Amino acid sequence: MKKLVVVGNGMAGMACVEQILKYEPRFRITVFGDETHVNYNRVMLSSVLAGEKAADDIIINSREWYGRNGIDLRVGVRIVDVDARAKTVTGDDGSVTAYDTLLLATGSSAWMPPIEGLDKDGVFAFRTLDDTRELIRRSGPEKKAVVIGGGLLGLEAARGLQMQGCTVTVVHLMATLMERQLDKDGGRLLLQAMERLGIRVLLGRSTRAICGRTRVERVELADGESLEADLVVIAAGIRPNVELGRRAGLVVKRGIVVNDFMETSNPDIFAVGECVEHRGVCYGLVAPLYEQGKVLAATITGHRGAVYTGTVPAARLKIMGVDVFSAGDWDQAGADHIKYEDSGRGVYKRVSVKDGRLAGVILVGDASDSHRYMDWLRTGADLGEMHGRLLFPPPSADAGLDVAEMPDSATVCGCVGVTKGAIIAAIHERGVNTLSQLKECTRASTGCGSCTSLCQDLLRAVAPDFEDDAKKVICACVPFAEDRLREILRSQKLKSVQEVLEIYGNGIGCEVCKPALSYMLDMLWCGDHEEDRSARFINDRVHANIQKDGTFSVVPRIRGGVTSAAELRRIADVAEKYRVPMVKITGSQRIDLLGIRKADLPKVWADLGMPSGQAYTKGVRMVKTCVGTEFCRFGTQDSTAAGIEMERRFEHLYTPHKVKMAAVGCPRNCAEATVKDIGLIGIEGGWQVVVGGAAGKSVRKADLLTTVETTEQALEAAALFFQYYRENANYLERTYDFVERIGIEKVRKDTVYAPEAVREGLLDRYRKSKARARDAWQEGQSPRHPTQFAPVEVLG
Amino acid sequence: MRWIRVTHGDNIPWREGRAVSLDGREIAIFNLGSAPPDAVDRFVAVDNQCPHKRGPLADGIVAGASVVCPLHAWKISLVDGRVERPSGSSGPGVRTYPVRVEDGVVLVGLPEAAAAVGKDGMNLQNCLSDYAFLQDRRLEPPCPGAGACVSSNADNSG
Repeated sequence: MKKLVVVGNGMAGMACVEQILKYEPRFRITVFGDETHVNYNRVMLSSVLAGEKAADDIIINSREWYGRNGIDLRVGVRIVDVDARAKTVTGDDGSVTAYDTLLLATGSSAWMPPIEGLDKDGVFAFRTLDDTRELIRRSGPEKKAVVIGGGLLGLEAARGLQMQGCTVTVVHLMATLMERQLDKDGGRLLLQAMERLGIRVLLGRSTRAICGRTRVERVELADGESLEADLVVIAAGIRPNVELGRRAGLVVKRGIVVNDFMETSNPDIFAVGECVEHRGVCYGLVAPLYEQGKVLAATITGHRGAVYTGTVPAARLKIMGVDVFSAGDWDQAGADHIKYEDSGRGVYKRVSVKDGRLAGVILVGDASDSHRYMDWLRTGADLGEMHGRLLFPPPSADAGLDVAEMPDSATVCGCVGVTKGAIIAAIHERGVNTLSQLKECTRASTGCGSCTSLCQDLLRAVAPDFEDDAKKVICACVPFAEDRLREILRSQKLKSVQEVLEIYGNGIGCEVCKPALSYMLDMLWCGDHEEDRSARFINDRVHANIQKDGTFSVVPRIRGGVTSAAELRRIADVAEKYRVPMVKITGSQRIDLLGIRKADLPKVWADLGMPSGQAYTKGVRMVKTCVGTEFCRFGTQDSTAAGIEMERRFEHLYTPHKVKMAAVGCPRNCAEATVKDIGLIGIEGGWQVVVGGAAGKSVRKADLLTTVETTEQALEAAALFFQYYRENANYLERTYDFVERIGIEKVRKDTVYAPEAVREGLLDRYRKSKARARDAWQEGQSPRHPTQFAPVEVLG
Repeated sequence: MRWIRVTHGDNIPWREGRAVSLDGREIAIFNLGSAPPDAVDRFVAVDNQCPHKRGPLADGIVAGASVVCPLHAWKISLVDGRVERPSGSSGPGVRTYPVRVEDGVVLVGLPEAAAAVGKDGMNLQNCLSDYAFLQDRRLEPPCPGAGACVSSNADNSG
């Protein structure tokens, strides 16, 4: 097999390698990357900076992927030389590696304008994950950031830094923001939108120097104005990394010159991505990388024939709430321009048509229609009949109509190059029902993400069991879907409800979002968050269940339903001493003391000397058991001991909704384990662990999670599911809805059948939470606040 | 107007309420928290009874300048006592009382006419959620009329 060396572990290099792997194996592949990470989606760095995604979320190919495909990955090694005659590359670690075929995917670097003081501590380019992490680390309220460059990247960096709390100023040399993509009118509306977000923009200004002793202190402009700054981001453009191409003796102009077959001037050396120049054009966008990669893969594997003829440039600003889209050549000589402006709504459209075909388009304020224009540009559609109706989509009877009208050959995902036909095939032939399945199956919507809603529309229209995995938002106060919000809280390290409300919500909150956020923070930080009792329902402020008359009910924990004479005597004493109006055996083998005054709660708990049964909260309720092998003549497993142990392990933890459990000693199922959130069912020689059962508002038979031999294995399987549910369910989503939504197959794959590292991660986070969890009733003796239980004494 | 010194402001945590008995009325005092520029805690006082089914408003979750009753999630404005949810509710709201803070102590203003004795003739100084009062309340028939329950927080299972 020949040896293929790939220099560059970025999106272009790996997208091309993915394509090469589709052909019969021909190469032993070695990949060099100068960053220390696996391959990630660079386009999404601005989403990481804005706190919308965590670094882990933008990984494209995991280490397992490299391993599975036999790729030798060398991260943290920069290739500094190519010897085209000896056919070797030299790394900055001194290593020399021989190749038969070399693929240069070296990408581009930030262009550094001639400004004094670029070496000061606090000056960044915004190109890598490390840059992004360092920017996040150094950002915060009180910090002032200056972004030099008002192009796509500069504006996204500015918004990201602002989301991190910084006060941000953008300094742009030109008179129009994003002047390569927008005309004056479009730029003016974009300027207004940025200013509305609270970002200061200085146009037509050049930067003279970055000043400070060792760290950045201020930025001086050519006209004498001085801006205070703790951070400076340079986003003045990119320049192709062509140094290795030069050293290899290739023909290099602005980029490494390639022909339509993606061949360079040396038959053993290929190049792809932002480092190449094709028909005089260097691209800095994601879609061309994929198109080039496909052609290159064919050529390099001996299937020369496919040609790359260039890509229609298209750019989209990824700032939530600021829609900007620009594609094609909207300023072509001889073209007719159709313009529309609605200054009230901040919407601007410019459609340029030449010889009856679309030449270019600008959309500001509303880019929902971008796909239609992109398709016209790609296909060169004849718009003769459409004339006069180019600014707005045809009125559609319902949401599905638009996608229905698209031809099968139309491209849905421009980045990866997936057609409508391919998506429909995936839905029909491979049973795709959700967006995440579609991504896994076709890779559609994994690039810039702009086709996500179109993919959703297609799924909605075609998939028989479409499930919207973009879940609904928690409430109007914090307008984010819960999974998204969890990502944000995690990546932003937010630890208090009020903080979340102030940064991502309306600053106020309500009885819906406050308890949900409280739970999320407790779960995410394994109990190490800033507990805010004002954000909890009254039951969780005083650890008892409020009744219709304002009194409370008290349910002590009786693990597994197994009690003793002494315990029962104490309960009876409490009932008499506090004149408890009702003592009731509950449906789950426990005892409920109803009608207790708030002020008496601490005394009642102390007299009982039993832990909280968490009957008042979204938490771990009880484990109902049968007597199992201890007394029952049919029992095959010690269900009481297993049940009590399960209750001990999970008790005092909070969950998205209540978690009821049961352990039974044989399939006769006396304690009804098959309709519990988690059930252990004893069988001859082992246990079945079942999850997602219900016998309340809905009735649902639990699904089998796994069958194991020992009690310890059963408890571990239960713990895996328990933590998985805690981390992935929406607040107030019972396990029976959760398991149904996710699908038991996926639940199994993510828990009991997950790789060891994943299982260990779940168990580790569960253990951390458990280690911090306390019996809430201990607060009776040491209240969090003097008037948590005690009445307020009126001074008079 | 008679001003009663109730308690030190610290006894009512941010964005929470506490019930006190003043002249036979059970009143809920809330600390809405401080906001720039004045950065002084803002207190408000209303009758501690939801107009729906007499739920203890002091135990509700504060949402801005409103409170959500813990029993059936009716939402009451703490500024004017109006029922904000269910919307279109035409019934009476809750009574509000003036509040001021002196040297950190919260004072509630009661109308002179009401400065009489409590309903059981007790000297109602120090009794929060007085037991007899609660017993009393329990024995009364539930409030007739619309039982609009908008709560998602039903937790009455053992």
